[in-house]
Amino acid sequence: MLQRFFRKYDTTDIVMWLIGAALAVIVIYGAARTLAVGKYSSDVWRDFIIFGLAQGSVYALIALGYTLVYGILFMINFAHGEVFTGGVFTAYFVAVALANSGFSDEHWILSLLILLAVAVVVSMSVAVLLERIAYRPLRNAPRLVPLITAIGASFFLQYTYRGLYGSGVKTYPDIKQLSGTWVFFGIRILRTQAVVIVASVVLMVGLYIYVQRTKAGKAMRAVAEDKEAAALMGIDVDRVIVNTFALGGALAGAAGILYAMLFKQVNAFMGFIPGIKAFTAAVLGGIGNVPGAMLGGLFLGIVESLGPSLVLDGLGIRSPYQLKDAIAFLMLVLVLIFRPTGILGERLSEKKA
Amino acid sequence: MKEESPFTYRDALQFGLIAGILVIFISLVGMVVAFNERYIVAQTITLGQIIVFLPPLTLGYYGARRAKGRQGSKGLLMSLLLGLVAGAVVAGFVILGTSVNLRTVFINAAPKLFDVLTFGRESAAAAALWAIAGGGLLAVLGGVFTLLSSWLRRALVMAITSVVLIGILQELLNITFGSRNWFKPVNEFFFEQKGLSWTGAIVIFVVTVLISVWRTFYGDRPAKAMSRMSPQSQRSIQIGSLVLGGIILLLVPRFLGPYPSEILTTVGIYIIMGLGLNIVVGYAGLLDLGYVAFFAIGAYTMGILTTVGKLSTMEWSFWLALPAAVLLALMAGIILGIPVLKMRGDYLAIVTLGFGEIIRIVVLSDWLKPSIGGAQGILQIPKAHIGGYEFKGPEQVYYLVLFGIALVAFVAWRLRDARLGRAWKAVREDEDVAEAMGIHLVNTKLMAFATGAAFAGLSGAIFAAKLGSIFPHSFNLIVSINVLSLIIVGGIGSLPGVVAGAFILVGMPELLREFADYRMLMYGALLVVMMLVKPEGFVPEATHQREFHEDEEEIEADSLAAETS
Repeated sequence: MLQRFFRKYDTTDIVMWLIGAALAVIVIYGAARTLAVGKYSSDVWRDFIIFGLAQGSVYALIALGYTLVYGILFMINFAHGEVFTGGVFTAYFVAVALANSGFSDEHWILSLLILLAVAVVVSMSVAVLLERIAYRPLRNAPRLVPLITAIGASFFLQYTYRGLYGSGVKTYPDIKQLSGTWVFFGIRILRTQAVVIVASVVLMVGLYIYVQRTKAGKAMRAVAEDKEAAALMGIDVDRVIVNTFALGGALAGAAGILYAMLFKQVNAFMGFIPGIKAFTAAVLGGIGNVPGAMLGGLFLGIVESLGPSLVLDGLGIRSPYQLKDAIAFLMLVLVLIFRPTGILGERLSEKKA
Repeated sequence: MKEESPFTYRDALQFGLIAGILVIFISLVGMVVAFNERYIVAQTITLGQIIVFLPPLTLGYYGARRAKGRQGSKGLLMSLLLGLVAGAVVAGFVILGTSVNLRTVFINAAPKLFDVLTFGRESAAAAALWAIAGGGLLAVLGGVFTLLSSWLRRALVMAITSVVLIGILQELLNITFGSRNWFKPVNEFFFEQKGLSWTGAIVIFVVTVLISVWRTFYGDRPAKAMSRMSPQSQRSIQIGSLVLGGIILLLVPRFLGPYPSEILTTVGIYIIMGLGLNIVVGYAGLLDLGYVAFFAIGAYTMGILTTVGKLSTMEWSFWLALPAAVLLALMAGIILGIPVLKMRGDYLAIVTLGFGEIIRIVVLSDWLKPSIGGAQGILQIPKAHIGGYEFKGPEQVYYLVLFGIALVAFVAWRLRDARLGRAWKAVREDEDVAEAMGIHLVNTKLMAFATGAAFAGLSGAIFAAKLGSIFPHSFNLIVSINVLSLIIVGGIGSLPGVVAGAFILVGMPELLREFADYRMLMYGALLVVMMLVKPEGFVPEATHQREFHEDEEEIEADSLAAETS
């Protein structure tokens, strides 16, 4: 019996199970202690969850860029976080100009749409240029080569933004009409968070329809399925790839504006952490899987928002919020180790190897 | 493939546009103004101006070279065209920048920038005309290079490069040798207050041209002379040069003084790390982006065990703590290695990055502050010493680093062709085939992680003892990226490549403070360009060289076969 067990699973598997079990115990213990002490009221928990949903929907939008590109090229576009930065950082200057001229006070929806358009166009251009200059020539190179290129591009873009726009932290102007709260079905929600959640749901539904129903979306899915066959069917693969990068970039640009509404502050290096988190979200949902990325983003957002107060506080760790990012990274590591195919399963897992 | 297509007027326009945009790019990120402070030739030309000239010059050269293949003498015309386009783009930028205030968005679009770009001309129209003419002239100059025979071209490029390099190094030479007696007349001959003197520049130029020409035509003479000698004398010459090299290495700090020694120790610490990461990435093909974690573990172990400050625990001596640091890093390598064993390529990179970030965030947080100092780090780490000799300043730490490099390089060199090294390379090429050949994947991969981590631990320990205090900010992702960049630039898997890469990527920015701001920008660009143009690095390892140029060899082989049949 024991022998058969050991023949089936090697030592590393067992070590991994032990690690997993230990982590589960720690998490449950921490959560139980926090809840037992009753430090936070149920209202506070609800606010945590709503904030988690809001930031999670931003992650989801960025994650879609990773997933779309991975689905087609099987590469991690490491510089996607910087695509996101490009849009929101550039749009900052437009936002300031609009605020100074008083335009955004009168027509806040229109000015938001203008910002959105600017961010989308800039992020899209960055993504397309990136593909054209850095990735296209390497499409048939050994696998590590495009990844290293992507890392290089990521740092290049970060420091380009710093060089162009300066290294300081810049703060988006407030929108008067969006301060305060709205009440939906008896739940009080910060207006910015509500707008963020609604906007990202609209965008995600739009993307889903685009991928599933339009001809371009169909071409995209065909290329993801099999590049050669798609090319034989008369699909311009290069063009589909450019489309994919543009689409991912556009979503990242939109995510940037939503991020700016939530967190206000922008700087040249802001895209790195959300980028990694969004990648985590994409992997959580099964990379290459569009609905998966959406769910993964929301899930990660909530875990990150609840984690410090729910688990770490219960474990008696001092200033748990400092470890907020560590939770996201830990999730990343755990998912990649224990379930690299993600929650919903990787749509294209059999082709990955 | 691309080289085959004929070079059309559209290509020329495109090249010109690219050159112009490049000039605008380096202007707006601030490089032009920052580099403009440094005169290469006194009162004549600055480094900032040189980098403005570079895009039209090089693209003019490439344009002409591509046009030449098919269309004969059209090359120069194409160069002229693309240069004019580039100039026009820059001219447009100058007119825009001088009439509209771009500064609210682009912080570097200051009047100073346009002073540089217009070369001090007052009216924008004149400056624009000059820019267009200058662009055309430079590109044609680049095009002319294609007409020269290759030895002359090489000599001229070498000569210009060495003038620029020596011009850049002026300050360092002053700091290093300023107090020596012999330096004063040399200095006065070659340099003025800022930059090379005209005579100095010309002498350097001519001497380099002569050396280069001599090397082209008679460069194989020493090797030939040596091959004529008996094996014994060949061997004794080899040993002699090794001993001589060793003695020079030992005397370097005494000769150069503290500032260059400081730079050399920093480069050395990166060499140790590079040799370690080279085992993980270069030999075993496991892309590890969390490598800095092991460096941090080494440094923190050293810090905690030896510090005599607030956090003091054991107050061990450096030599007692050193094996502990290496061992702990090695164990961390194995522990972090186990979970990622089954991962390949990009997933592995991201997970290791995650590990590195987790460690950094945890170290930085208040959670472990009582034991490892949080953001305040660990202070008062004593210097290493043997008997009465203290490794105090950079001139002494240099020997410590040199010892570390010697140790690590020896291990890496011996492992490379040992059974383990060959197993690593097999795993790098194809895991499944390697496993089928009887290589134990788990052990082999864990050995790679462990060895790499141990090297990083050693490096970190020396780093801690060198600085005397450590802070979490010294251990961020940038360090991992730096190390990765240097092994890629040097050549993945190549030991001399690591040394060369460290000198280029770590040494140069340390020498030039104005480079420091643009360091990461250039690293990023360098990573991309290297992957696109020269993925095997500057000092390539033999197998990689073959791997990346497979097609060319095949083509050569085919044409050879065709010729012989």
